[in-house]
Amino acid sequence: MTSHERNWVPTTPRKSATFDDYTLSEIRRAATTGIYDIRGGGAKRRVPNFDDLLMLGASMSRYPLEGYREKCGTNVTLGTRFAKKPIELKIPITIAGMSFGSLSANAKEALGRGANIAGTSTTTGDGGMTPEERGQSKILVYQYLPSRYGMNPDDLRKADAIEIVIGQGAKPGGGGMLLGQKISDRVAEMRQLPKGIDQRSACRHPDWTGADDLEIKINELRELTDWEKPIYLKVGASRPYYDVALAVKSGADVIVLDGMQGGTAATQEVFIEHVGIPLLAAIRPAVKALQDLGMHRKVQLIVSGGIRNGADVAKALALGADAVAIGTAALVALGDNDPKWETEYEKLGTTAGAYDDWHEGKDPAGITTQTPELAKRLDPVIAGRRLANYLNVMTLEAQTLARACGKNHLHNLEPEDLVALTVEAAAMAQLPLAGTNWIPGSN
Amino acid sequence: MMTTFDLSKSSVRDLNAALHALKKDTNDTLWSILNPDGEHSIAAGVDAPVSLNVQGSVGYFCGGMNKRANIVIEGSAGQGIGENMMSGRIHVKGDASQSAGATGRGGLLIVDGNASARCGISMKGIDIVVKGDVGHLSAFMGQYGRLVVFGETGEALGDSIYEAHLYVRGPVASLGADCIEKEMRDEHKAELIELLTAAGEDHKIDVSEFRRYGSARQLYTFNIDNAGAY
Repeated sequence: MTSHERNWVPTTPRKSATFDDYTLSEIRRAATTGIYDIRGGGAKRRVPNFDDLLMLGASMSRYPLEGYREKCGTNVTLGTRFAKKPIELKIPITIAGMSFGSLSANAKEALGRGANIAGTSTTTGDGGMTPEERGQSKILVYQYLPSRYGMNPDDLRKADAIEIVIGQGAKPGGGGMLLGQKISDRVAEMRQLPKGIDQRSACRHPDWTGADDLEIKINELRELTDWEKPIYLKVGASRPYYDVALAVKSGADVIVLDGMQGGTAATQEVFIEHVGIPLLAAIRPAVKALQDLGMHRKVQLIVSGGIRNGADVAKALALGADAVAIGTAALVALGDNDPKWETEYEKLGTTAGAYDDWHEGKDPAGITTQTPELAKRLDPVIAGRRLANYLNVMTLEAQTLARACGKNHLHNLEPEDLVALTVEAAAMAQLPLAGTNWIPGSN
Repeated sequence: MMTTFDLSKSSVRDLNAALHALKKDTNDTLWSILNPDGEHSIAAGVDAPVSLNVQGSVGYFCGGMNKRANIVIEGSAGQGIGENMMSGRIHVKGDASQSAGATGRGGLLIVDGNASARCGISMKGIDIVVKGDVGHLSAFMGQYGRLVVFGETGEALGDSIYEAHLYVRGPVASLGADCIEKEMRDEHKAELIELLTAAGEDHKIDVSEFRRYGSARQLYTFNIDNAGAY
């Protein structure tokens, strides 16, 4: 036995925190394929979020409301600034824009059905308005995107509101993407594109540049629809104070602010994980811009990106939002990533809960697909009911928390009802760290 | 009987409201619009078989999303003339600013003078005839429809083009990504004659002076070896 062998004691094999298993697999994937990774969904990394905030229930210094007896309102009116016909919602939770093309027609119908039962709105996406969607959605917001696929004045007039999309949280500064596998005959016809191509939407609007032009564009859309429809402006969260101020200047009725956790049908992984800021960090600057301009509650603010439950809703509203929007969570409620399809997820090299190759159109749950055999797995009536149940649960949860804070309407929640659990969240949301009166960055 | 609408006395809102209120089978089909003075969104969203004569220059988005109307502008047009038009005809007697006919899905847009940058951007079925020059990035991402240019074009003509057909008589400063010159076959000459006839120019122009441009279809699917083309 050599002296070296005598002294050898094994250590536990240690993997690098920097070069973790996912990173290593991505390097191998890039080296093999020679192209960046494209996927659906939003940021998967952990970012400061609403779980880092706590609500301060009433006790000696505040009176709570009785949980099952005293009313706690949930309704919200959107588009009161200029539109002749503002939108009235029963709950402050809307369904975010998702296209027919990225989603199956059945999935779009299910979103409409669920939203109807719950008394809220749903939204088209980068692919135009389908008759199924208009027919099944009592309140439908029509997105106006750089691509203008399927855009026409008749659908514009059929919409209940118009949402001009400047950007989205998953990819502020990026355009849409729909790969060839999902460009079916119907999708190709609606978008007026050759079948089967990899379709990349523009990231800038074709006929206006900057806030001064946008003001004229908004005016044109109002003229086209005789000043009836509320006009929303959707921005990805990056510089929310300035973007919101410019949105107000441009004449928006409603601003939709989407944090980096907000999903997309497909874009580069590097874009999803590295561009934009978490919703938690975006709400206060947005609300401050509205307040500085004297427009808070006059121009309504809808926030989205990682909203999951009634606590998230209550906290977002307490920070000053008027409503929230859900996308990914709505798809999960319909049946996306359900473990009942585990065998099929494994065949696709993934597992239930992690499936994000939505662009490939092979979704076992039949939601992010244009393949008829897969799409028919989703029953729009049953899935719509599931979404309605989920929306109702979120609303009840938010009411529960609001009553505990002594509020008879969700909109009466305020920042004073919140504290932060971490220094990061305290700084981003401009709230005191729990148990202290310290707000990082303020005196 | 002609309806005269004076924009120095009434607002664009009043004009558009009156035009939107027209019945499908209206006999009130002749309109003269006085003193447009560069106002925006004049005659946006008309859906009726009417003829509008605009006596001067217009601002942004005149005739936006037009259906069926025949709009003649006796002056120049600001940004986005005839944007997303569906059908009908818009004739600009002067020059047109940026993004003329942007995302247009049908109908015919004629510009007697020059059009600026991004003429026919994201065109989706519209026909555009420009009797002068067009600026850079014209027909960017053009999906369907035809663009005819009597003069010259700026840089990056037809960048990222899909299936739009481009006919240019003068020099092209440069072609954009995936846009190439294509053979001018008989069916293309016939198509060009049809467009020139629609624009009232068929007797003056020799189609053999035009060159045809369109998509090389090399960027229709992702290929890392093409990354340098973007």
